[in-house]
Amino acid sequence: MKIHEYQGKELLHSFGVVIPRGRIADTPEEAEQIARELGGKVVVKAQIHAGGRGKGGGVKLAANPGEALQVANQILGMTLVTHQTGPEGRLVRRVLVEETLPIKRELYLGIVVDRAAGKPVFMASAAGGMEIEEVAAKDPDAILKEAFDPDRGLQPYQARRLAFGLGIEGPALNAAVSMMISLARAFVALDASLAEINPLVLTEDQRVVALDAKLNLDDNALYRHQNLKGLRDTNEEDPLEVEASAHSLNYIKLDGTVACMVNGAGLAMATMDIIKYAGGSPANFLDVGGGANAQQVQHAFQILLRDPNVKAVLINIFGGILRCDTLASGVVQAARAVNLNVPLVIRMEGTNVEQGRQILSESGLKITVASSMKDAAEKVVAAARS
Amino acid sequence: MSILVNKSTRVIVQGITGREGSFHARMCKEYGTQVVGGVTPGKGGSVHEEVPVFNSVAEAMRETGADATVIFVPPPFAADAIMEAAAAGMPLIICITEGIPTLDMVRAWDFLKQTKSRLIGPNCPGIITPGECKIGIMPGHIHTPGPVGIVSRSGTLTYEAVHQLTQRGIGQSTAIGIGGDPIIGTTHVDAIRLFNEDPKTEAIVMIGEIGGTGEEEAAAYIKQHVRKPVVGFIAGQTAPPGRRMGHAGAIIAGGKGTAAEKMAAMRDAGIHVCVSPADLGETVASVMGVASRK
Repeated sequence: MKIHEYQGKELLHSFGVVIPRGRIADTPEEAEQIARELGGKVVVKAQIHAGGRGKGGGVKLAANPGEALQVANQILGMTLVTHQTGPEGRLVRRVLVEETLPIKRELYLGIVVDRAAGKPVFMASAAGGMEIEEVAAKDPDAILKEAFDPDRGLQPYQARRLAFGLGIEGPALNAAVSMMISLARAFVALDASLAEINPLVLTEDQRVVALDAKLNLDDNALYRHQNLKGLRDTNEEDPLEVEASAHSLNYIKLDGTVACMVNGAGLAMATMDIIKYAGGSPANFLDVGGGANAQQVQHAFQILLRDPNVKAVLINIFGGILRCDTLASGVVQAARAVNLNVPLVIRMEGTNVEQGRQILSESGLKITVASSMKDAAEKVVAAARS
Repeated sequence: MSILVNKSTRVIVQGITGREGSFHARMCKEYGTQVVGGVTPGKGGSVHEEVPVFNSVAEAMRETGADATVIFVPPPFAADAIMEAAAAGMPLIICITEGIPTLDMVRAWDFLKQTKSRLIGPNCPGIITPGECKIGIMPGHIHTPGPVGIVSRSGTLTYEAVHQLTQRGIGQSTAIGIGGDPIIGTTHVDAIRLFNEDPKTEAIVMIGEIGGTGEEEAAAYIKQHVRKPVVGFIAGQTAPPGRRMGHAGAIIAGGKGTAAEKMAAMRDAGIHVCVSPADLGETVASVMGVASRK
């Protein structure tokens, strides 16, 4: 789960990470008021779940409260397009108004779980403000790394090694070390999947402050963080994806014309691939899961058909836990409930496949039954074109 | 003609009294697997699915002589179930559970590394040696005994590959699903090493997907050590970056873990890479010099 910068900062602050003074504003007037409280000069930052906000015009300086009002007026309600939002961009509903700082250096701190190490890995780089992916591509040695045990945490000597590696000296050293340890503690305590401070700034007056913060939380661990569930902002998600998640369906909207419903993530990806290979383009990823019931299949079907770009639907099920007869009843129910006005191609194999095929053929619905994945992909792509 | 499991493997089911545990204990037994017991803490002494239920893995092992366990415990308790099995000295642990918090797996994996237990999964379909032993949720009837070893991160896509082989009259030595999570026990490299050392496995099918570097590591291993033909496929060639495609581990992050990178590494290692998942069976048939029946 992604959360906003201001939410991430508040959480990190509660673990001892130093953040700039500031508050969230819903209106230009509030932004003006906050600027006045902060002493005039502020930075106004659009709150959307995407990086690259500055380049897209979503982060602006204001020299006084009046300018803060103007700037907030420009940003609030704008559709912000960054390299992470896609061309459609995101509507800005809130801005974070913060004090400005006398920046001397900008650094990068981040934590992810490293698969190979099987542990959280703390990353630090002197190239603050740059995306870590870019640094990793250009100069992987410029990223310092320390793996740590989640329960022992990042040890002070590890944090010092990172800080010395970044060239942090003098009074800022202890502050930086304590910041790193706090970030590692927050990562573990919140069950984060990503924690990033980029940039971490060293100020002219020797302070160490998290100028930005990005926290992603492990969806699988949210059950034990009831207080964090409320941080989800469904405005930042595709409405169809929000609905799918409410029915425990794994749906990701794409921009093609061939909708697909598949059981299992690997087969769902492979089905998208074969649609492309057959000359079409997938409209979505949809994994109905191993244990889907007829009702879930019906919900899945309805969600697929709500995408206006969809010209044909392919259902590809390899029945293991999800039996083909369960799937077939779900599809028949759904096709009757919604006004099915696009061609439907179904390919089924596995448990109870004969019963499933029988349910489909006795339904009286216009369904093309395919014999293999290749056959299914070719038939559905042809149907989407006609 | 198999790796890890065969007709003498004795299996217990952790979470046997749950819905999934019950159903699949029955399915595995019907396939012919020696299911010798189950574990549900607090229900020890009862009988479920015609096998004795124990309070702990240690007790179940002592009483039944089990040498493998399959875990159907819900995600909040699954990491603990894995560690309990490892602490009891269980040689083979297969964890089917999907949705275990990543940091729980970090802890469990760290613990496991200090034991002799092998973990398969989590978030996997399990392992099957056709005609001998099925431990997991795969549909048994699509498999047939034979010379092809299969290793995959995906469940249903493995069934697809198995089905394509069986349709062509090509059997499988063992099919192993290693799971779609970021932290897994047995990796592609581990499984390929075992297939390479198994004299009865003549060819290997390796199915990967976007995310991580497990396929690249396997390709490097194959290039250096494996002379048996390997056929490969990577799911997610059309997956957008930055989105988790169902599996917790299936994500292109920071431009890394793309299908294109993995396919290039695999081709470089001499692996026969299929662009279309529909070509897996045919490609295996051709590299093995088997005249296809279809």
